[in-house]
Amino acid sequence: MQTEELINALKADSARQSMSLGRTWRVALACAALAAAVVFYILLGPRPDFATAAHTVRFMFKFVVMLMLASAAFGLLRALSRPGSNIALPALRLIAAPAVLGVAVAVELVVVPSDQWRAIWWGTNISVCLTFIPVIGIAPLAVFLLALRHGAPTRPAVAGAVAGLLAGGLSATFYAAHCTDDSPLFVATWYSIAIASLAFLGMILGPRIARW
Amino acid sequence: MSGQDEKELAMLLQAAIAGDEKAYAAFLTRTAAIVRGFARRKIVQGGVDPEDIVQETLLAIHTKRHTWIVDAPVLPWIFAIARFKLIDAFRKRGRRVEIEIGELAETLAQAEAETVSDREIGRVLDGLAPGQRSVVAAISIEGHSIGETAAKYGMTETAVRVALHRGLRSIAKKFGRC
Repeated sequence: MQTEELINALKADSARQSMSLGRTWRVALACAALAAAVVFYILLGPRPDFATAAHTVRFMFKFVVMLMLASAAFGLLRALSRPGSNIALPALRLIAAPAVLGVAVAVELVVVPSDQWRAIWWGTNISVCLTFIPVIGIAPLAVFLLALRHGAPTRPAVAGAVAGLLAGGLSATFYAAHCTDDSPLFVATWYSIAIASLAFLGMILGPRIARW
Repeated sequence: MSGQDEKELAMLLQAAIAGDEKAYAAFLTRTAAIVRGFARRKIVQGGVDPEDIVQETLLAIHTKRHTWIVDAPVLPWIFAIARFKLIDAFRKRGRRVEIEIGELAETLAQAEAETVSDREIGRVLDGLAPGQRSVVAAISIEGHSIGETAAKYGMTETAVRVALHRGLRSIAKKFGRC
């Protein structure tokens, strides 16, 4: 088939339009948040002292960092799903959450006496954290990879990893409401490991699912 | 010159998305010439036919045209897709290829004409289900319209559109897969 002939066929097929990518991402985000919320409330639910905890800085800080991560990852993921888009700026925004968390860790180390570091670092919930952040995040990750498949990622492994970061950030935002370990030391270590596992999974699955 | 290209291609693609088939054909023809120049420049040793890259890129542009935003520049979008398809073609043939992003500007001006040879896409076309293959062939190679094809095979126009759409999708998918 010659190229001119191919163009005949493409031209005749031009009336069919797919869902716009912007809309796809909005729908995907809503579905993913809903899925994470359902799994969270079925399996865990918020901690009993949620109302009192909501007055403490450390507890609220977890939501701030995780939402920062999720929103930056969402912006970068959308850029990665469009060929030729500028990803430098959205990629730079992704540094904000780890940077803020790093500052919080430094402050925590100053404020808390060193003999308590180990206790707040290990907390009480490591295995729950390492289990449930990935468990809550798995459905969102699936949703984001499918949305990515509708897009056209030219770096599918990177895009998959960022989809994992987004799923992890979203999942950890819910999980934070259950978790009673509020120290930035705990968050920086165990939340990060749990989220990284989703990013790794996304990196492996991205090129397989979002192939085009 | 590339600024001119950019403006005209953006206008054509916008018109195409609004439903103008002629504008779409013009957009694809000009895009093909630009991608051809790009592919010929990048493929220095043999093994990959530049025209295969042109056709795979056009198919990808077609199936992924919803990833272009109206206000975004068209040429970077086209080149990102072409580069992706070129790297993919080398990867499938077990080769590595280094493609520099910085060289885009110089390739823009060089639009080139097609040379005739056997195409991958023809082989993929042969692998389609018979119904889809005859519809795709009637419209592409024989140059029939949707209506003429419907009359020729005693199908409804909707059925022809569906068969064409599915056929093109499965061709695009095969290029992505193997």
